[in-house]
Amino acid sequence: MLKLSRIPASAAIGIVLTAAFVFAAVFAPWIAPYGEGEIVGSLWQPFSAQHVLGTDNLGRDLLSRMIYGARTTLFIAALATALSFTMGSIVGFTAAVVGGWIDQVMSRLVDLLMSIPTLIFALVVLSVLPANTLTLVLVMGVLDSTRVYRLARAVAVDINVMDFVEAAKLRGEGRGWIIFREILPNALSPLVAELGLRFIFAVLFLSALSFLGLGVQPPEADWGGMVKENKEGIVFGIPAALIPAAAIALLAISVNLVADWILNRTTDLKGGRGNG
Amino acid sequence: MSAPVLKLVAQRVGLGLLLLLAVSVLIFTGTQLLPGDVAQAILGQSATPQALENLRRDLGLNDPAYIRYFNWLGGVLTGDLGVALSNGQDIATQLGKRLGNTLFLASVAAIVSVPLSILLGLLAVRYRNRWPDKLISGTTLISISLPEFFIGYLLIYFVAVELGWFPSVSTVYEGMSFGERLAAVTLPAATLTLVVLAHMMRMTRAAILNVMQSAYIETAELKGLSPFDIIRKHAFPNAIAPIVNVVMLNLAYLVVGVVVVEVIFVYPGMGQYLVDHVSKRDVPVVQACGLIFAAVYISLNIIADVVAIVANPRLRHPK
Repeated sequence: MLKLSRIPASAAIGIVLTAAFVFAAVFAPWIAPYGEGEIVGSLWQPFSAQHVLGTDNLGRDLLSRMIYGARTTLFIAALATALSFTMGSIVGFTAAVVGGWIDQVMSRLVDLLMSIPTLIFALVVLSVLPANTLTLVLVMGVLDSTRVYRLARAVAVDINVMDFVEAAKLRGEGRGWIIFREILPNALSPLVAELGLRFIFAVLFLSALSFLGLGVQPPEADWGGMVKENKEGIVFGIPAALIPAAAIALLAISVNLVADWILNRTTDLKGGRGNG
Repeated sequence: MSAPVLKLVAQRVGLGLLLLLAVSVLIFTGTQLLPGDVAQAILGQSATPQALENLRRDLGLNDPAYIRYFNWLGGVLTGDLGVALSNGQDIATQLGKRLGNTLFLASVAAIVSVPLSILLGLLAVRYRNRWPDKLISGTTLISISLPEFFIGYLLIYFVAVELGWFPSVSTVYEGMSFGERLAAVTLPAATLTLVVLAHMMRMTRAAILNVMQSAYIETAELKGLSPFDIIRKHAFPNAIAPIVNVVMLNLAYLVVGVVVVEVIFVYPGMGQYLVDHVSKRDVPVVQACGLIFAAVYISLNIIADVVAIVANPRLRHPK
């Protein structure tokens, strides 16, 4: 059993901060002092007791927008990660178990998709698709699933030749059983460690798209979009755009700290590489 | 260079060209076969069916997809990228200037970041598990978590606005002197450098450590070679390929990172051009930009592979 006192300080900080972000996202309507699109003052007011983080380019309360933004950003990133994991790992496992030409076709297709930089391909596809949340989740999920596919397939190829899998095959189990009951449980720990990194990538990717004006559309609040909305203020020495950008960085660092710790833990458990 | 090396290199380049062809198909299908109608996008929802029909005929949208693909590909190969839907300008001329600007920015960033990161990577290996190494590992974790625009706007806020050292907007125009141009790209290049630096130095560290821990280095030490000879004769030739690989991967990353950085600094390069036209749904421009970005990315990867083949005799004799 995992003892709380054995969690290293860096991972503990990561867990607390990540939990705080998730809490803000889930309970946004209850903790945000003002509404998401509510105009409460003049534009770009400095920090004050009423508006802890000041106001934005339209005079909306920045703290409230940050809290609602956490909701949008985390929600879309989580959905995209879930999609990329389900798709990438199931297809990756299948390719590894079935092998033959199906494996070849899938792997070469993934190579092809990965030979175009993700952001560039996303921009190409987004130029013809309608700008909405569903499109974003699908595009981000499908493009990112190539990375999960690579990992899942590599892990599954190793497990597939183990004796217990051989035994299950001789027992006459079907492919579904092999994939979900034999390979999945054994491939879980490297995949979980990867999950954190993929989630961070999704947050950064979504923020970049929104920052370019091609992700979440206004008036909905989302961190990348908020940087875009407030960027003109920077030149006048108004730091409003830096706050959502810093929030993205903070979230990314926290999740990375947790993922790093899980990765070290899982490798330690296997008596593997350790920390050297 | 002997014949088998040439053959391998030629194979790798040929494979790369084939990949590029496949990528062009992918980019084309990505924009043509997905739901969405270019004619509708240009004319808007209120267009009459007759106007839509005329425009479709003018744009050749009624031809089957593969004919349109070959027309497009033929155009690309002869340097004719078509005209932009949004303003009717010739894409190739527009792209030419901007590609130059983008390559200039990326090269400045590369010239600074590559030597710096290799140097720091070597430092990390030299002081392994002591504070310089730990510091480098720590900053890597932070730096892969920072979005480009955070670094960019921090630099604008503190260096350009508060201190006033550099302009916050990187305007470049024809007839600018080299010095002025360099001053204009200082901040975007610094942003790009910071984005790739930690990653590159981390990978350099891993590549060199990998070489330094191998058995042949130990043998060289045991037979009493001087540290300099060990590095020159044994470590360096083996470390070239992984380091070049690291450098190329990061240069490839620079080419992509440039998209966001150009938007931050309003720099008139390819990235800005691409993003502008994605929101205008100007498909021909997006296709052309996408293809060029992909071509640069793939070429850098080919160069990395070719250097690896030339530098590593073992790769010349596949088992």
